[in-house]
Amino acid sequence: MPQRRDTLKNSEQELRIFRVRALLAVLVVITLTSLLVGRLAYLQIVQHEIYTTRSEKNRVRVEPLPPNRGLIYDRNGVLLAENRPTYNLTLVRERVDSLEDTLALLVELLELPEEDIEAFNVRSRQRQRPFQPALLMSDLSEDQIARLAVNRHRLPGVEVEAQLLRYYPDAEVMAHTLGYVGRINAEELRTLDAGRYAGTHFIGKTGVERFYEEELHGEAGLRKVETNARGRVLRELGRTDPVPGENLVLTIDKSLQTLAYELMNGRRGSIVAIVPATGEILAMVSTPGFDSNQFVTGIDVVSYRALQEDLDLPLFNRSIRGHYPPGSTIKPFLALAGLTEGVVTPDSTINDPGYYQLPNDSRRYRNWLRWGHGRVDMERSLAVSNNTYYYTLAHDLGIDKLHERMSGFGFGQRVAHDVQGESSGLMPSREWKRERFNQAWYPGETLSVGIGQGYWQITPLQLASATAALANRGHWVKPRLALEIGDELVPHDLPNTLDDIHLENDAWWGRVFSGMEKVISGSEGTARRTGVGLEYRMGGKSGTAQVFSLGQDQRYNADELEERLRDHALFMAFAPVEDPQIAVSVIVENAGGGSTHAAHLARAMTDAWLLKDEAPNADDIKEVLEEDTANVEGD
Amino acid sequence: MAWQTLTRPLRRHPVRPPDSGIARRKSIWERIHLDPWLLGLLIVLMAGGLLVLYSASGQRIESVVAQAMRFGFAMVVMVFLAQLSPTTFLRWAPFAYGIGVAMLLAVEIAGDIGMGAKRWLEIPGVIRFQPSEMMKLAVPLMVAAYLNRCQLPPRLKDIVVCAIIIGLPVVLTAIQPDLGTSLLVASAAVIVVLLAGLSWRLIAFVVALLSACVPLLWMNMHNYQRQRVLTFLDPESDPLGSGWNIIQSTTAIGSGGLWGKGWLEGTQSQLEFLPERHTDFIIAVLGEEFGLVGMLVLLALYVMIVGRGVWLAASSQDTFGRLFAGSIILTFFIYVFVNVGMVSGILPVVGVPLPLVSYGGTSSVTLLAGFGILMSIHAHRRLLPR
Repeated sequence: MPQRRDTLKNSEQELRIFRVRALLAVLVVITLTSLLVGRLAYLQIVQHEIYTTRSEKNRVRVEPLPPNRGLIYDRNGVLLAENRPTYNLTLVRERVDSLEDTLALLVELLELPEEDIEAFNVRSRQRQRPFQPALLMSDLSEDQIARLAVNRHRLPGVEVEAQLLRYYPDAEVMAHTLGYVGRINAEELRTLDAGRYAGTHFIGKTGVERFYEEELHGEAGLRKVETNARGRVLRELGRTDPVPGENLVLTIDKSLQTLAYELMNGRRGSIVAIVPATGEILAMVSTPGFDSNQFVTGIDVVSYRALQEDLDLPLFNRSIRGHYPPGSTIKPFLALAGLTEGVVTPDSTINDPGYYQLPNDSRRYRNWLRWGHGRVDMERSLAVSNNTYYYTLAHDLGIDKLHERMSGFGFGQRVAHDVQGESSGLMPSREWKRERFNQAWYPGETLSVGIGQGYWQITPLQLASATAALANRGHWVKPRLALEIGDELVPHDLPNTLDDIHLENDAWWGRVFSGMEKVISGSEGTARRTGVGLEYRMGGKSGTAQVFSLGQDQRYNADELEERLRDHALFMAFAPVEDPQIAVSVIVENAGGGSTHAAHLARAMTDAWLLKDEAPNADDIKEVLEEDTANVEGD
Repeated sequence: MAWQTLTRPLRRHPVRPPDSGIARRKSIWERIHLDPWLLGLLIVLMAGGLLVLYSASGQRIESVVAQAMRFGFAMVVMVFLAQLSPTTFLRWAPFAYGIGVAMLLAVEIAGDIGMGAKRWLEIPGVIRFQPSEMMKLAVPLMVAAYLNRCQLPPRLKDIVVCAIIIGLPVVLTAIQPDLGTSLLVASAAVIVVLLAGLSWRLIAFVVALLSACVPLLWMNMHNYQRQRVLTFLDPESDPLGSGWNIIQSTTAIGSGGLWGKGWLEGTQSQLEFLPERHTDFIIAVLGEEFGLVGMLVLLALYVMIVGRGVWLAASSQDTFGRLFAGSIILTFFIYVFVNVGMVSGILPVVGVPLPLVSYGGTSSVTLLAGFGILMSIHAHRRLLPR
C-alpha cells in the first residue's frame, strides 16, 4: 500500500494541520452558538413583551354578540313581531381554501340546484369586512344541518349559526304598518355604527320596524374567545352580555286591524282608525297586503317581481302614501272654515238650482243631483252632500283662506308622530300653483277644491287625523303608533305642530256634528242605509272621488267605465258624537260612491270598537254589502 | 476524566501483565466499539426530543411511538456501523459515491415528484428513498478517502479533483431542485477539504468568487427560492403568505420568555398557529413551552455532542478518520445552526430539520449512521509505528 506509506510520512504535519483547523472549527462553533444564544435572548427577554402581545392577539378574538331584537305587541298584548330560532349557513372567505370547491361541495351536500352556486358566489362576496362570516343561506332544515355536521372537516370556514329570525304571525294584515326587517345592505353598512351593528344581520326597513330601529335593536355585547389558527372557537375567555332591544307596545288593536283588512275583502284601499282624544292609531290597513316574512329571509327574484309588477301595488302603503282626491269628505272641514271666517253661519242658506255659476262665466258647476236640492242650510248641505252650497262657500272664502284653514286640519303636511315614510299629500294654493306650473290661480279651481276635487290630494291617515281633530272640537292631537317603549308609556301630550281650532261660538261644533249625524241617520242622509240599527250617535261624511273627469254635460255611468277608472269611494266618521272614541277614514279604490261602498266599512269599524263583542262580524257585514248592489246615490 | 485514561492508548493486545491494574484492561465500551459519552448525550437528546414531539404533534402518542421506533432502527444502524473497521468505509467510499451519483441521475431521469421536486427514487412496493440523503455521507466519505491518498495540505491538482467530486452530486441535487440538501452535502464535503488544510489564500479566493456569483445565483433561482430569501429579509412584507412561518415561529419563541409557558401550554403551538411545528419548526415549540432556559439546555446538549465529536475526531490516528469524523460532527453542528437560525429568524427558511428532535425518519438514520462511523473510527484505533 504505497499511499499508506505516503500518508505515514506526513502524519505529524497532517495531524498538526488538523488540530489547528479543528480548533478553529470549535471557535466557529462557539461563535455561532453564541450568535444563536444572543438571538434567542433578544427574542425571549428583550422582545418578550412584544411577542407575548402578538401571541395573545393571535389566539384571542373578540366576537360580537348581537342583541335580541325587541318584540312588538298590539295594545292588548298580542304578539305582532317575534324572534324565532333558525339555522343559517355562513362562510368566512379568509378561512376557505378553495371557494369554488367549497361552494360546489355545499350545493352537493344540501342538494341544491346548480344555479344556487351563483347565488352563493354573490352572497359570499357581499360582505367585505375581513374575517366576518358572510351568510350563504338562511333557514336550514334539520336534515341539512346534520349533513353539514358530518362533513364539517371538509368545510373549513363554513359554519352553521343559530340565529333568531324575525317572524310576523299576521304578516299580511300588519305588513305596511309594522313594516319588516331585512338584511343590512352595503349602503346601510356604510352609515351604521359598526360597533353596535357588529354581528347584527338585520335592520328595520319600513314601518314601525324602521322608525323604532334604535329602540328595537338593543346594544351589542362582546365575547373574547380563544381560537386556533383555522379560526375555530376553542373556549370562551370572557363576555359582556348584549342588552336586548326594547319591547314595543303599539296602539294598534289587532282584532280591529284584522277586521279592517277583512272588510276590504281584497279590494285596493285603506282604512285608518284613530282614538281622537289621544291620537292612538287603532288600525291602519293598506290593501292588498303581502307576506312581509318573505322579506326577512330575503325574497326570491320571481316573487319580488310578481309583487312589484302587480297592478294592485301590494307593496304600496296606501294609508300614508296613497294620494286621493278627498271628494265630499272634506265638506265638514269647509263648513268649519266658513264658520271661522264668517262666510256662513249655521243658519245661513243658499238656493240650489242644481248648479253654480261664477259671475261673468257661462260654465255651470254642477250639483250631483241635476235638479238641485232647493233651499240648503249647513246641516242639510252635509246630509245631502250638496255641491252648490260648497261652491258658494269656497268662492266666498277664496283659495288663500281655504288653504290656510284646511292646512289647520293637517292637510298637505305630514301629521303623524311616528309613522315611517308618511307622505304630505297636497293642499293646493296660489303659491303652489305658481311654483308648480308657473300659472295664475283661476277662480274655477277654487270651486273644484271646494268639493274636494282638483289638485287637492289627501292620504287616508290625514283624513282620519283631521276627522279626529274635528271630533275633538278642534283639539289637535298627533296620530301615533307607539303606546309603550320598553316599560315606559309614551306620553300623551306630544308636542303638537298644529294649533287647536277655535270657533266663535262653541255650539257651532254641535251644528256641524248634527249635519254629519244626518248623513247617517237623517231621512235624506247620503249614507242613511248605513245608519239602520245604529246603537249610538255617529257622525260621518261620504265622498266620491273622480278618477275619470267628466266633460261639461256628460253623465256618469259606472257600468260603462273600466273598473280602474271608476270613482274611489271614501268615508270619514267618528262616534259616539257626544264623547268620540274612534275616528275612521275609509277609502276603497274604484268602488264607486262612498256612501254605498265605504260607509258600511266605517260603521263596521265603529261598531266593533264601541260594541266590542256585540258588533256584527266581518262576514255578516260582507253579506250585507253584497246584497246592497251598486246603487249610485252620488255625493 | 476516568474514561480518558481508560481509552487513550489503544493496544492491539493486552501485553501488560494483569497485575498492572484493572484500568489497563479493555473496557466493555471499547469491546462493543461505542463511545459512552457520545451515546449518553445522544440518548438524552433523543429523549428530550420525544418529550417536545409529544407536545408538538398535538399530544398524539402515536407520533411519539413512531419516532421512537425510528430512533430504535437508527440506533441499530449506528451500532452496526460502529462495529465495522474504518478501512471498510475507506474501501467502500468509491462504490458508495458511484452508486449515489448513479441514483441521483436515475432520479433526474425517472424520479418521483413529491412536493413539487424530484427527490425520490422508488422501487414500487419495495422502497421509497431519497438518494440525496445518502449523499450527505457518501460525498464527504469520498473526499476524505481521496485526500487520504494525497499529501497534505492538498495541492491545487487535488483540490480540483475534490471540486469535481463535490460538484457533480451537488449540482444533481440542486437541480431536483433541493437547494437546502445540496448546500448541506456541499458543506459536509467542503469541511473535509478545509480540515485537510486548504490554504487560506485559496479560501479567501473562493469566498470572493462566491460573493461575485451571488447575482448569478439569484438569476437562476426558482421563484419560491427567491421568495424565501425576500421573506427572510422582510417577513412582514407577506405576513399571511410566505412570511407567516417566520412570524409565527419568532412569536412562539419570543412569547416563551425566560421560563416558557409550560409543557403542552404553548398557545402558538397547541392552537396550530405554528406551521411545521413537529418537523422543521419544532424548536419553536420548545422555545415557547420551555423558554430561554429550555433553549439553552438544548443548545448546551448539542455543543457537548459537537465538542465530544471533535475530540474523538482529533484523537483519530489516520487522516481519513480525522477528516471524515470531523466532517460528520461539524455537519451535525451546521444542521443545528441552520435550523435554529432559520426558526429564530436570522437565516432564510430552508428545509433543514433539527437533528434528532424533528419528526422524521430519514435524517435520524443518516445522522446516527454518521455517529456510528464516528464511533467506529474512534474505537478502531491502533498503535502506529513512530
